[in-house]
Amino acid sequence: MSVLLTNARLIDPEAGTETKGALLIEDGRIAALGPQVDAPAGAETVDCAGMCLAPGIVDVGVKVCEPGERHKESFRSAGLAAAAGGVTTIVTRPDTLPAIDTPEVLEFVTRRAREASPVRIKAMAALTKGREGREMVEIGFMLDAGAVAFTDGDRVVENTKVLSRCMTYARGLGALVMAHPQDPVLSAGAAATSGKFASLKGLPAVSPMAERMALDRDLALVEMTGVKYHADQITAARALPALERAKANGLDVTAGVSIHHLTLNELDVGDYRTFFKVKPPLRSEDDRKALVAAVASGLIDVISSMHTPQDEESKRLPYEEAASGAVGLETLLPAAMRLYHAGGIGLPQLWRALSLNPARRLGLETGRLGVGAPADLVLFDPDAPFVLDRFTLRSKSKNTPFDGARMQGRVLGTWVAGRRVFGGV
Amino acid sequence: MTFRARHLLGIEHLKPDDIRCILDLSEHYVGLNRQPVKHADALEGLTQINMFFEASTRTQASFELAGKRLGADVMNMAMQASSLKKGETLIDTALTLNAMHPDLLVVRHPQSGAVDLLAQKVHCAVLNAGDGRHEHPTQALLDALTIRRAKGRLQRLTVAICGDIAHSRVARSNILLLGKMENRVRLIGPPTLIPARAAEFGVEVYDDMKEGLAGADVVMMLRLQKERMDGAFIPSEREYYHRFGLDADKLAFAKDDAIVMHPGPMNRGVEIDGTLADDINRSVIQEQVEMGVAVRMAAMDLLARNLRATLSQGAGHV
Repeated sequence: MSVLLTNARLIDPEAGTETKGALLIEDGRIAALGPQVDAPAGAETVDCAGMCLAPGIVDVGVKVCEPGERHKESFRSAGLAAAAGGVTTIVTRPDTLPAIDTPEVLEFVTRRAREASPVRIKAMAALTKGREGREMVEIGFMLDAGAVAFTDGDRVVENTKVLSRCMTYARGLGALVMAHPQDPVLSAGAAATSGKFASLKGLPAVSPMAERMALDRDLALVEMTGVKYHADQITAARALPALERAKANGLDVTAGVSIHHLTLNELDVGDYRTFFKVKPPLRSEDDRKALVAAVASGLIDVISSMHTPQDEESKRLPYEEAASGAVGLETLLPAAMRLYHAGGIGLPQLWRALSLNPARRLGLETGRLGVGAPADLVLFDPDAPFVLDRFTLRSKSKNTPFDGARMQGRVLGTWVAGRRVFGGV
Repeated sequence: MTFRARHLLGIEHLKPDDIRCILDLSEHYVGLNRQPVKHADALEGLTQINMFFEASTRTQASFELAGKRLGADVMNMAMQASSLKKGETLIDTALTLNAMHPDLLVVRHPQSGAVDLLAQKVHCAVLNAGDGRHEHPTQALLDALTIRRAKGRLQRLTVAICGDIAHSRVARSNILLLGKMENRVRLIGPPTLIPARAAEFGVEVYDDMKEGLAGADVVMMLRLQKERMDGAFIPSEREYYHRFGLDADKLAFAKDDAIVMHPGPMNRGVEIDGTLADDINRSVIQEQVEMGVAVRMAAMDLLARNLRATLSQGAGHV
């Protein structure tokens, strides 16, 4: 079964190029691409009409609420949302109920995912049992069962001795450890970033310095143990120099950022709009600009949605009490187009952070446009305007900060392993 | 009359004309309250519910008295003891209330923004009686009325707000109101009790009482909110009193005719010297309580007029 996608604007994050051309899919993989590709006999042809064709997005840190809170999101609903958003690989978080901290739970998740989701699902496992920060999980068994990284999600392992042992053990197995850099004491109870806005609104707030302190600690432990380390979200300008130094010193360190921290700031919270409550809290405009520059320069490696479904009951509460998190699988691409349309960052650069870097970091063979790579692709119109209505989202939970927002960027088609999972006739 | 809002949620949303309008009508009620017969009929037939999710004696009594003097049917609901313990959410509470058809809802809540949230869900006019560390608009209005009566004006004054600014909704509402009316506002307190980036509010920040009080027309003391403190903010009450407690020595740095205010309840010997608080030549603390009833009468009267105007336009309860 062959499919030839013609007349496309090929976005190649590896080469850093945009070229007009065609791409041939055979047996689920990219068989050829270039300015001129001849269709083999019997191939189906899709005319891309000059639209952008890029590697499918690899979204690291998605919360699918199975097991435990299936009413908020299931593998089926998350998979459909991902397909509609151009996300071809969901990398799930282990902060479920119960946590994904044994090979048995991981196998359940893998089986459910395979049955229910049209896109690929890769699971991350907890770093410590019950995400309690005391005992490490069976990292070896979990690696064998397919875990791509180990993390306690947004819970910080406070005990540095426990964390250093987890890191040392993980290093021995070549496992990737992902952490949420946030000083847990300084940030306790915070609902906003300290500054004029939080002070006027009377919200308990945390200094962005809490992020840098925790990152500094983690980086010292990385230097000590030699582990492969990924910071899930760097959201403060003040944390960037530490990250830059660590990379310059040759530590095996990468960092991500959520699309919300790249496109929104603390003022968007306005009159206590809880759909804008995320973790860490939205930062200042200066921070946001520094983060965009860090993505453009490659200092920040990965952009993700940090998709976190919450039902209405968890959000319709006073701001401090309301749950944190926003859904993002379907809005990641159009929100990322805001960065592209604002200038200063090109599509190949964006796709480095959306596809190539996350795939490489997790050891996946997807995320690139190259002969032999899996045909995980997204076809999109970067300009098409629309106004987002949250009730049209495929996620079971509708907690998006972009409700009613004018956006640009429409996904026209999504392919996973050469099979079309979204769009088309 | 220019005040046209549906709710009174904060000073943030008021224009200088709104503030003047409320204060002018308050003057009328100050007069009424000093008569032997204090009844008016502005709220005749209307139902006022005072809903306090946080304990209060003074503010609740003031709103209750204001409503009763204007002829409303007033009901008090002490929420910290009831439904919340049974797991009812604020939205459920709002739906329950709607079914009771109140006209005016007076709400105090320990969390910033909670009164805004409730106002989005109920059909009546909502008055914020204090939400978390956010706003306490009627307190700022009664303070403004007190200042205007004592000083003859509410502009070009230097007002020093002293003490626990960080935990104070009274301070936030006063900063907003005094700023809108073109006064010079100073905040004085230890850096641990000054909110982050306070200088960006358009105020001057001091951590020395004598410097901060120099030339002040009004000295507004705040209560040290020990119940909102969850860690080390000050080393001890005696050191706090030594550095930031108002006594005659420190007050001498303010103008000779400077007035002393306090929203109450006072911690005598912690933020203010007891003798000074009782000095009728300097302290207007009792007057503040009196103005509180009048300001709340005016605010509820105006909101009820807006409510009736909406009804007579055939919009029904919107």
